[in-house]
Amino acid sequence: MSDAKSLRVAYGEALVELGAGNDRIVVLDADLAHATMTSMFEAKYPDRFFNFGLAEANMMCAAAGFAHSGLVPFASTFALFGTGRAYEQIRNSIAYVNANVKFGLSHSGLSVGEDGGSHQSIEDIALMRVVPNMTIFVPCDPIETKKAVFAAAAIDGPVYIRVARPVVETLTAEDTPFIPGKANVMREGSDVCIMATGLMVKDALKAAETLAGEGIHAAVVNFHTIKPFDGGRVLEMAEKCGAIVSVEEHSVIGGLGSAVAEVLAGHSSAKFKRLGIQDKFGVSGKPADLFEKYGLTAGHIAAACKSLIG
Amino acid sequence: MGDVALNAKAKRIRSDIIKMLYLCQSGHPGGSLSLVEILMALYYRTIKVDPRNPKWEDRDRVVLSKGHGCPALYAILADQGFFPRADLWRLRQIDSHLQGHPDMVKTPGIDVNTGSLGQGASIAVGLALAAKYKKAAYRVYAVVGDGEAQEGMIWEAAMAASHYRLDNLTVLMDHNGLQIDGSNDAVMGLGDIVAKYKAFGFECFTVDGHDINQIVAALETPVSGKPKFICCETLKGKGVSFMEDVAGWHGKPMNAEEYAKAMAEVGGSDDV
Repeated sequence: MSDAKSLRVAYGEALVELGAGNDRIVVLDADLAHATMTSMFEAKYPDRFFNFGLAEANMMCAAAGFAHSGLVPFASTFALFGTGRAYEQIRNSIAYVNANVKFGLSHSGLSVGEDGGSHQSIEDIALMRVVPNMTIFVPCDPIETKKAVFAAAAIDGPVYIRVARPVVETLTAEDTPFIPGKANVMREGSDVCIMATGLMVKDALKAAETLAGEGIHAAVVNFHTIKPFDGGRVLEMAEKCGAIVSVEEHSVIGGLGSAVAEVLAGHSSAKFKRLGIQDKFGVSGKPADLFEKYGLTAGHIAAACKSLIG
Repeated sequence: MGDVALNAKAKRIRSDIIKMLYLCQSGHPGGSLSLVEILMALYYRTIKVDPRNPKWEDRDRVVLSKGHGCPALYAILADQGFFPRADLWRLRQIDSHLQGHPDMVKTPGIDVNTGSLGQGASIAVGLALAAKYKKAAYRVYAVVGDGEAQEGMIWEAAMAASHYRLDNLTVLMDHNGLQIDGSNDAVMGLGDIVAKYKAFGFECFTVDGHDINQIVAALETPVSGKPKFICCETLKGKGVSFMEDVAGWHGKPMNAEEYAKAMAEVGGSDDV
């Protein structure tokens, strides 16, 4: 499809659009506005943009203060620093009181690439998933990123939007439903179901295409929401396909794969394989090389599917 | 309220603190007792709040960043009519709205959840900045502990308060010199705390933290273009001789004998 765009640019554009005519929307950043693309909002609405400098913990608590004042703050930095360094601030000052704070955190996952393991958040979904009151969106393309921003603003409570850095082609349409907590079936199939989130949705679709050429009908489900989790869809696809492969640009511990496993446990005997980062840290490299190294390409997904049904 | 009435009120608040901490056999007596006059200067002499409308939009905001001192705040809120005084006796007990640390969701009159040290000051910065953005006239008061200033966040908040010229924000420190493991100086010295806040761009004051008039005078001194810091020199455990200036009474429950003695010293009359 067309309209390839970096998800962070889609995030910046969505904030600008959301902010038009709604002066309750304020944006906070921690000296990464030109990386998270909140700089687009700053340029348009300078009086509603607040830079907190390199102080993520302070920014998250200040965001709670904005929310307690009736405003709707979107706080941005890199995923690692937002969910990691400011974890307990999010936990105690935001989620514990269901403060209406949104954090769109960019540069998530392996796809940060060259910056290396120190900057590649492979545990951010896990960290946020265990926090009560939290909603987690992981958009797969620019269109979903925009929808996630608007959906987040409509929710009364904390929302984490995981924004990947790379340029991504559009995989969904403007009229594709984006209902928080409802996974989207992107491709029907009955032999195996690939459950993907974020950047891996594209590769899941590619893998399904490859498998189709070999006579294997793979379904693809896009989990744009990790929490609340669409367990009903997992069980439905388990029943229908009998085999599931989960794939995420995140540790296999605590993310999508874990969420699927928690649903399947005790309720399904479907075969199941988790693709993701296998409990190790990332390294520097081009994103494509990293996805190859860590086993997260369409080829790896297709092979995993075949290993389950072979 | 005049000085005589305020002094009587301070005694009653101290006796309420002691009673509620005795009843739940947990909580933090030392840092609650040192805080009494600081909170009284705010609630009885300075801030605008409405007990019948705790979420009143234009109220002044108080953030008890040293959240473990909340028994003092609860006693004052009850006295002001935010909730019945009888609620105090169920502090920290199951299904009570009075949690071990302040809870804005459960307790009328609590503006911000605190307890995890350092975070309240940063939330106060957000409140003050939001008030500026909204062009609202209310003021924000953050009460921090001295040990709490060892948290790096306190200085992130101080830097931001100064950067954004938050002259609607006042940080009051309950400077009793003690923390759980001993004196500030022994655990992690604060150095010249007033000089530090001054270096961060605050207008600074030092007062006797048990003299309400002194605290109020500092609160009322106009400051423009910068945040205010009031260092309140206090005595941990103030009012109970065997607790005064003893680090061990940071978070220790009283036995029956200690309770009786403490109540007698603060002029409390309520039996349990």
